[in-house]
Amino acid sequence: MPAIDVNGKAIETDGIDPAMPLLWFLRDHAGMTGVKFGCGMAQCGCCTVHLGGRAVRACVTPVSAAMGQPVVTIEGLDEKGEHPLQKAWAAAGVPQCGYCQAGQIMSAAALLAQNKGPSDDDIDRAMRGNLCRCGTYPRIREAIKAAAKEMG
Amino acid sequence: MSAHGNETSRRIVAIGPDRRGFLKGMVGAGAFLLGVRAGVIAAPRPSDGPGDAAAAFAPNVWLAIEADDRVRIVAHRSEMGTGIRTVLPLVVADELGCSREKVEIVQAIGDEKYGSQDTDGSRSIRRFYEPMRAAGATAALMLRRAAAARWKVPVGETHTADHAVVHGATGKRLGFGALAADAAKLPVPDATELTFKKPADRRFIGADAPIDDARGIVTGAAKFGGDIRRPGMLFAMIVRPPALGQAVKTVDDKATRALKGVVDVVRVPGFSGAHAFQPLGGVAVLARDTWSALQGRRLLQVTWGESPHSALDDAALAERLVKIVEKPGAVLRERGDTPKALKSADTRIAATYRTARLAHAPMEPPVATAEWKDGACTVWAPTQNPQAARDEVARMCAVDKAAVTVEVTLLGGGFGRKSKADFASEAAWLARHAKAPVQVVWTREDDIAHSYFHAPAAVHLEAGLDQKKRPVAWLQRSAFPTITSTFNPAAKAPSPMEMGLGFTDVPWAVPNLRAEGGEVEHHSRIGWYRAVCNIWHAFAVHGFADELAHAAGADPLAFLRDLIGPKRLVDPTTEGCTYPNYGEPLAKYPIDTGRLRRVLDRAAEDIGWGRKTPAGTGLGIAVHRSFLTYVAAACEVQVSQQGKVSIPRFVIAADCGLAVNPDRVRAQMEGSVVFGVSLALHSAASHKAGRIEQSNFHDYRIARITDAPRRIDVRLVGDGENLPTGVGEPGVPPIAPALANGIFAATGKRVRELPLSRADLSWS
Repeated sequence: MPAIDVNGKAIETDGIDPAMPLLWFLRDHAGMTGVKFGCGMAQCGCCTVHLGGRAVRACVTPVSAAMGQPVVTIEGLDEKGEHPLQKAWAAAGVPQCGYCQAGQIMSAAALLAQNKGPSDDDIDRAMRGNLCRCGTYPRIREAIKAAAKEMG
Repeated sequence: MSAHGNETSRRIVAIGPDRRGFLKGMVGAGAFLLGVRAGVIAAPRPSDGPGDAAAAFAPNVWLAIEADDRVRIVAHRSEMGTGIRTVLPLVVADELGCSREKVEIVQAIGDEKYGSQDTDGSRSIRRFYEPMRAAGATAALMLRRAAAARWKVPVGETHTADHAVVHGATGKRLGFGALAADAAKLPVPDATELTFKKPADRRFIGADAPIDDARGIVTGAAKFGGDIRRPGMLFAMIVRPPALGQAVKTVDDKATRALKGVVDVVRVPGFSGAHAFQPLGGVAVLARDTWSALQGRRLLQVTWGESPHSALDDAALAERLVKIVEKPGAVLRERGDTPKALKSADTRIAATYRTARLAHAPMEPPVATAEWKDGACTVWAPTQNPQAARDEVARMCAVDKAAVTVEVTLLGGGFGRKSKADFASEAAWLARHAKAPVQVVWTREDDIAHSYFHAPAAVHLEAGLDQKKRPVAWLQRSAFPTITSTFNPAAKAPSPMEMGLGFTDVPWAVPNLRAEGGEVEHHSRIGWYRAVCNIWHAFAVHGFADELAHAAGADPLAFLRDLIGPKRLVDPTTEGCTYPNYGEPLAKYPIDTGRLRRVLDRAAEDIGWGRKTPAGTGLGIAVHRSFLTYVAAACEVQVSQQGKVSIPRFVIAADCGLAVNPDRVRAQMEGSVVFGVSLALHSAASHKAGRIEQSNFHDYRIARITDAPRRIDVRLVGDGENLPTGVGEPGVPPIAPALANGIFAATGKRVRELPLSRADLSWS
């Protein structure tokens, strides 16, 4: 199998089961542990990454489906870790335990790439696949709006 | 609960060079070290687990000042989202007079020398705020003495600020690093000599300091339990017995062993005696990566033996609990003659409330990594209780605990589940077997099936009103499988600790009041879950108070104010009650109805109580003291004609005394609202024939962003002069009753069962 482009770097897939979910490939073989496991069935969004610019749940995306399209994880969202969402997240004090937050930010980044001024309903639609057990939803909403403003 | 001593005592036990190696590898030679012993003697409650009682009078705080000015402060409590890993060390830093950028926070391993590390019970700030201040103030005084000696000025003319000792009159300054060596040679001051910063001089206490881990979290660099990687590490998945106590009968692992990537299949021993924090046993698949372990486990064929718990049926248990509470039980608190007053009451109402079994479902399922080297084991685990994890690893592997090191990673949520580190022992046992580092990964299905469940419960209530519609009698009866069964399988009676969680401490000013408890067996692992028994007790007590208000034809808020009654201190122990008060003396942390009233009135005011609402919209309110904190919740709830619930707004008014980090207190309250909405609207776990009926978030539902209130306002109304109390849990209990009361106001439908989504809420 050809290599997969993860955060701009080619990662070899020799010997990898093509049916292996991208989640486990990223965590166990590409060193991207920022991508989190929460459910394994696209119910919680902890594993959200960008595949060809779209937000996907890596836990139900087989490695074979990721061929030929760039994969971006939280580690690669911004070179310096200073994407407006990352800054807005820290400024609003969004994270509590933090486990789901990479997935939340990746979903939000895909939203803002499409929609520069999302309404509350737009945010609901884009974010309803991402669970947060600590209940940071009100601050997630606030941080997305702040980042949208920042990005103009 | 046995008598508990409540004295907090402090004494300094070590200062100077790190002779005992407490901070080995953490600090350079010549660092100035300070240890403060702080002990709180308290009878262990079940949630303390093993280790807590033994930990009394052990040192709990260590700070080190290096010659290069760096101050390293140990965080000994586990970080699961409260911010405690940042907040407690900054208490030390504030009293010491540190600059934030020169403070480095170091996570402690599990060790009794730190005192209790059992991060639950909303106790971290309550138990350690004062010792941490003392630790900072002690170091500050020693540095000041060192500087005063150099300058030949009275110590009283010096103070610390911005990481230096300052002589006020001359403006002379000496940095901490430059004074460390001198300070280390001085005798340790007595606690009575310490002085503390005035509130106006504080930098971090009372301020919204951001958490230390924020950047790591938003960039993906932060290390949670599953993010540990060791050379040659294997990944393990375990198939565990469906019902508690079942043993493996047969294993067919041919297909598993034939799978590429699978290294071994091994039987893991089950528990003996009380299950406590022991692993459940089962069959483990060891593989080169997580996917191979998961695939290998799917191919395993395992059959199980019988157990006394393999007939557990939650539908039948729920009916049984109702039958138990609808008959007289053991009297736990008695005021006046409640049966007689009920008989002679002008109006009498009765109701039975039920709540579901719950699983914690932290976003990070249990996970742990272990590695053995020369007979010693290191375990990396997201545990709330690293000392208990260490003890259990040592027991299961039959080694001295001196050979076991438990490193605490960040926790991807805990909520009580990760106090019980059965996963850490699994990893340690498998790593020794495999002669390689092993990471045990739990799936979401494993997490829900093998929880330490929040118990299902029933609460029956009866009340009487006199001719003037004033409450004259209040009877309440509660039954649920007890947490005590986790440590003593024969236990059926609820403990005073559990009954003291929002039940025997009901603050009502009613002339006749009685609380009773029933008994039931467990048949599954029962554990503590954020806010514990307060959840069902608050749901029943505050829902029923609302019912009684309507029976009296009164406005619920006005009725609630009367039920709380005049400003006074309530003492359940004068009414035949064994009341632990969260392990604290009532004299220090009383049940103060004035504080209860204050939060109630603030929440009512902010939600706009009494305003007219459109059809299908209602306001609900509830007020509850738990973990020594007073919280009122008021909500606006909308119910569509088809019965769909949405929540435009929640207001929380909380009095937790001094808010050490107000932003993190607000965050905990916001999170508590959403956590409360999850269990109020959606969550329920159940068993049929001993097997769990739910498996993942599609059928064990928790709140999504669309379920959460669009707006949550948190008002902190506590007096900063009062000692800080708990904040992790007390926001949760009033949420479900406030919602149910709001739904009644919106629809006229009284829901007495959680989750509320089981009820038909449609209206026309």
